[in-house]
Amino acid sequence: MSAVLTQLDKAQVLDVLRIRNDFPILGLQINGKPLAYFDSAASSQMPRQVLDRVVHYQTAEHANIHRGVHHLSEVATAAYEGARSRVGRFINAQEDREVIFTRGTTNSINLVAHGFGRAFVGAGDEIILSHLEHHSNIVPWQMLCEERGATLKVVPIDDAGDLLMGEYEKLFSPHTRLVAVTHVSNALGTINPVKEMIASARARGVPVLIDGAQAVPHMKVDVRDLDCDFYAFSGHKMCGPTGIGILYGKARWLEKMRPFEGGGDMILSVSFEKTAYNTIPHKFEAGTPPIAAAIGLGAAVEYLESVGMERIAAHEHALLEYATAQISAMKGVRIIGTARHKAGVLSFTVEGVHPHDVGTILNEEGVAVRTGHHCAQPVMQRYRIPATTRASFYLYNTYEEVDQLVRALRRVQQIFA
Amino acid sequence: MDSKLYQEVILDHNKKPRNWGRLPAPSHKAEGLNPLCGDHIWLTVNVADGRVSEIAFEGEGCAICKASASMMTTNVKGKTVDEAERLVLEFRDMATGKLDDGAANHLGRLAVFAGVRNLPSRVKCAILPWHTLHAAFSAQPTISTEGDADPVPLPERG
Repeated sequence: MSAVLTQLDKAQVLDVLRIRNDFPILGLQINGKPLAYFDSAASSQMPRQVLDRVVHYQTAEHANIHRGVHHLSEVATAAYEGARSRVGRFINAQEDREVIFTRGTTNSINLVAHGFGRAFVGAGDEIILSHLEHHSNIVPWQMLCEERGATLKVVPIDDAGDLLMGEYEKLFSPHTRLVAVTHVSNALGTINPVKEMIASARARGVPVLIDGAQAVPHMKVDVRDLDCDFYAFSGHKMCGPTGIGILYGKARWLEKMRPFEGGGDMILSVSFEKTAYNTIPHKFEAGTPPIAAAIGLGAAVEYLESVGMERIAAHEHALLEYATAQISAMKGVRIIGTARHKAGVLSFTVEGVHPHDVGTILNEEGVAVRTGHHCAQPVMQRYRIPATTRASFYLYNTYEEVDQLVRALRRVQQIFA
Repeated sequence: MDSKLYQEVILDHNKKPRNWGRLPAPSHKAEGLNPLCGDHIWLTVNVADGRVSEIAFEGEGCAICKASASMMTTNVKGKTVDEAERLVLEFRDMATGKLDDGAANHLGRLAVFAGVRNLPSRVKCAILPWHTLHAAFSAQPTISTEGDADPVPLPERG
């Protein structure tokens, strides 16, 4: 993160007001108040450019993809495969065939748990996770371990929410088959040192999966620079549609892995005696995919690139610092997660007020936050709290909205005084 | 400063819950759990001659759940089990927006919880104590708002 950019941000590194005009939903009033949308870590909003692209596809380009010889099928196939290429370039994948369209991050991780796990994880083997994982990067591995007689090893965190890297190094054994770790914690905002973690695993010949659901929307991610084996993320957290996500995988792994689902498009030939599977990525894309959503994701990438990932990251960082300073100055409010490197996620508790009561009153003020365990119950258990209130920032959030959040929090405290 | 849902009476019962604690040898008891919020209450009841003679609750939860439990205990104390069960049904119908506005009911000040019907994610918080009371009367040891036994199923995220 460039300190210079952070400094410049208040002088409009990002033209946030122009960006906001791209997002029709941000003009809504909620309970008579302007909407302040701080729930982008759960799902971000969609700009007109993406909406228009999806409408154009459905009105002028739609047919089923692959194998069609008619005009629309060829146009649709080109648009779908074009979206794959654009996403691949965005994360700097070496080849398009390493980019698999999935339903989302959860689906991507399950694909690896199935296709890689069943091929390479056996009785007595071990998988390393971190204490910061979302349930979607815990449960698939737990299911695999139960089935195969393998064990999970968990990298602990300190009170700030940073991984204990010394402990990470100690978890490796000759039985370690995979490291599966999140790039950015959805509950605390911690940015993990994944490049260093991958290098450690690589030195021991252990492959690594990175859950990038909270990273790709907010910072420049280069899968070749990271040298990860798998990288998973979702479209709907990066201005794209729901129902579409990505699994990046190194070709040499993907080629060795079993298909996840069987069906049309993932085969070369089928007889009742034997099926020959298609080449990657198609081997992992059985059935008709969400074509419009994939094209929408391509348009979302184009939109984010037009704004610039470094500018987006700098803007969010400046907002986080502004909000952290204001909220940490409030008596009775405790910020959960104070890692050295954080993305635009601010989790907190208000003394004497349950997070769901906080969320309901913020909603009365037009402020949309998420309350609960954020699908990261182990993180909540670590801090001995049932839930937090979480505000998450994106390119379209403003300092004025942070002020609205702070005013609404004061109201919570006044009501419960 | 007024909140639509967090009216004075709810805030007061949240701050100073009535009938807080556990009865030493209750004739009826049940534990209620709302895993989504972490609402968790223990309810102990003594029924004598078909009437609620004593009732107490304790636990942890959001203000809506706590105030609902507190006001429930003050409301059902002295009532027959049948009257209390009728109140359980009326409260549930009010909270889920199914209560016939024109028809007479026995809710009285409990009507302050009517606002949750516009907040589907909070309905369970208000109803949990009432379902726990019903469970105690029916000799069910625990009740959860999750899973097949959920009396008010709502879509949720894990």
